[in-house]
Amino acid sequence: MKEFKGRVIAGGEWKGEAVVSRQGVNTLATFQKSALKNAKRVIVSDQNNADIYGKDITGKALCLPITIGSTTGGLVIQTVCAMKIAPAAFLFSEHIDSLAASGIVLARIWEDSDVIAIDMLGEDFLSSVNTGDRIEIRSDGTVVVE
Amino acid sequence: MEYKMKLTDEQKAVLDGAKGEVMAKVMKTVVMFGDIFGAEKLVPVTHKDGHLVTSFGIALMKPLFSTMDKLIDAGITTEGKFTVDPRPLDYANVKCNLLEKIAFHVMYKKQKDYEEQLAKVGLRDSDSFTCTCYLDEVGNIPGKGDVLSWAESSAVVYANSVLGARCNRNSGMLDLFGSIVGWVPYFGLVTDEGRKAKWKVIVKTTKKPEAQVLGSAIGMKVMEDVPYVVGLDKFIGTQLTDDAKAYLKDFGAATASNGAVGLYHIDNLTPEAKEQGESLILPDAKEYVIDDEELERVYASYPVMWKNKDAKPGLCFIGCPHLSYKQLCDWTDALDAALGKAGRKKVAVRTIMTTSPQVKKKFAETGYYTRLIRMGVKLTSICPLMYTNNPMTKGRAIVTNSNKLRTYSVARYYKDKEILDVLAGKEVGK
Repeated sequence: MKEFKGRVIAGGEWKGEAVVSRQGVNTLATFQKSALKNAKRVIVSDQNNADIYGKDITGKALCLPITIGSTTGGLVIQTVCAMKIAPAAFLFSEHIDSLAASGIVLARIWEDSDVIAIDMLGEDFLSSVNTGDRIEIRSDGTVVVE
Repeated sequence: MEYKMKLTDEQKAVLDGAKGEVMAKVMKTVVMFGDIFGAEKLVPVTHKDGHLVTSFGIALMKPLFSTMDKLIDAGITTEGKFTVDPRPLDYANVKCNLLEKIAFHVMYKKQKDYEEQLAKVGLRDSDSFTCTCYLDEVGNIPGKGDVLSWAESSAVVYANSVLGARCNRNSGMLDLFGSIVGWVPYFGLVTDEGRKAKWKVIVKTTKKPEAQVLGSAIGMKVMEDVPYVVGLDKFIGTQLTDDAKAYLKDFGAATASNGAVGLYHIDNLTPEAKEQGESLILPDAKEYVIDDEELERVYASYPVMWKNKDAKPGLCFIGCPHLSYKQLCDWTDALDAALGKAGRKKVAVRTIMTTSPQVKKKFAETGYYTRLIRMGVKLTSICPLMYTNNPMTKGRAIVTNSNKLRTYSVARYYKDKEILDVLAGKEVGK
């Protein structure tokens, strides 16, 4: 069991499964196929991200360094939060990027979403956590990898 | 709400609802966003004409339409007029079969409604749909040092790098909100410190690198950091000519889509690099050397996502981002020569080139246009990505010279020379 402390962007308490991308997550490429199909779950469609391509990330803790790619990114996060198919939590090892931050803020303010976002969890977090690990998130920004 | 940044009395009043509940919510979004980045204050948007990334009425984007309705109901508009990314459809020039049309109809059934919403909130005019709003013909051109509230990753990176404007990589909605309140948070690429380079990229190739592959390599390496690129000026010059600007447009789009670059400096060429030189590079900057081998490694890493990997190309898109006038002329000449050499009069693969409505109009008045159309090429102002979003188009074996389109679709990337070979009917492998 390993414990990490990050900064709370959007707080909450949660327990569940991790899905890990050790490279930047391209938001549009990741979500667009599932969102366009109006799917019930997000199956990652980013062909350039072997870490998470084809994986189901709905209701899980997406562990990542930052998001990358198109500036539709924030709106995409807001949309998948509104559709209730977003990851339950975004756990960033680095400082959150501007697109993901927009998405989290838009989801919280305009959609009353309870999506959790914690950033600056550190490189050690991202190298320690693996897809399938059980994760506990506490309201103070502590993340426990079981 | 609780916030950390210092607001003026005027800004506090807006946040407290002096201009209504919806405006307060817009302001809250901008302030909360800025607080996440430790912005100490909001600064005025000095180039009032915005550029929005969200141009498409995809039915599932309900949050977008409902927010627009709230703004309109509250009588809220942007301070200036804005341009917006390209439209998704043009059946006259981008023909579709029945199934594709049905899918497009379902996907973009909110397009007309959304365009009406855009017009009510501050769209410049019905021809303002392009990702290259900064081109002379389109005319949404910020000055050096101007603070913007734009989105569209390729436009933001161009405005920051080539024009010397100041804009963060805003998301859709935040682009609009900044243009409404007239302030943006002071952090990142808006500040002097945020414009310093964390990477020194040294180009050591033996010939001019393909803009889209070089940009891709740099984007994948530096992610959201600012790169300072040396060694490129010897290939593209030290003046921002039409050729250099077109190169940087395509290079930047690849850095922004394959990574998250919002600003790059090109030694001896881009405005801040010309003024400040290598003093823009932070002392602890990392180095990335790009030679011929590295470019080939990056190029070879692109996966082929076609269902049938050995399929013959069935459709070609050129112009993501939208082509400049000079690029259209150059492609016409190059294609003419390639087809002539192959003994062909028309392209071997259905080809669509994309450009802004204003450039299309200017180009259509020239002999180049007649030559291009005679070769079987169609010219449109849509966004190819919005075309490839249609699942019914997936079987078309699309090729492109755009690294951005490759990233967001199953289109296969080829270098410009290879695209010419494909269009001349030659077999091109990898």
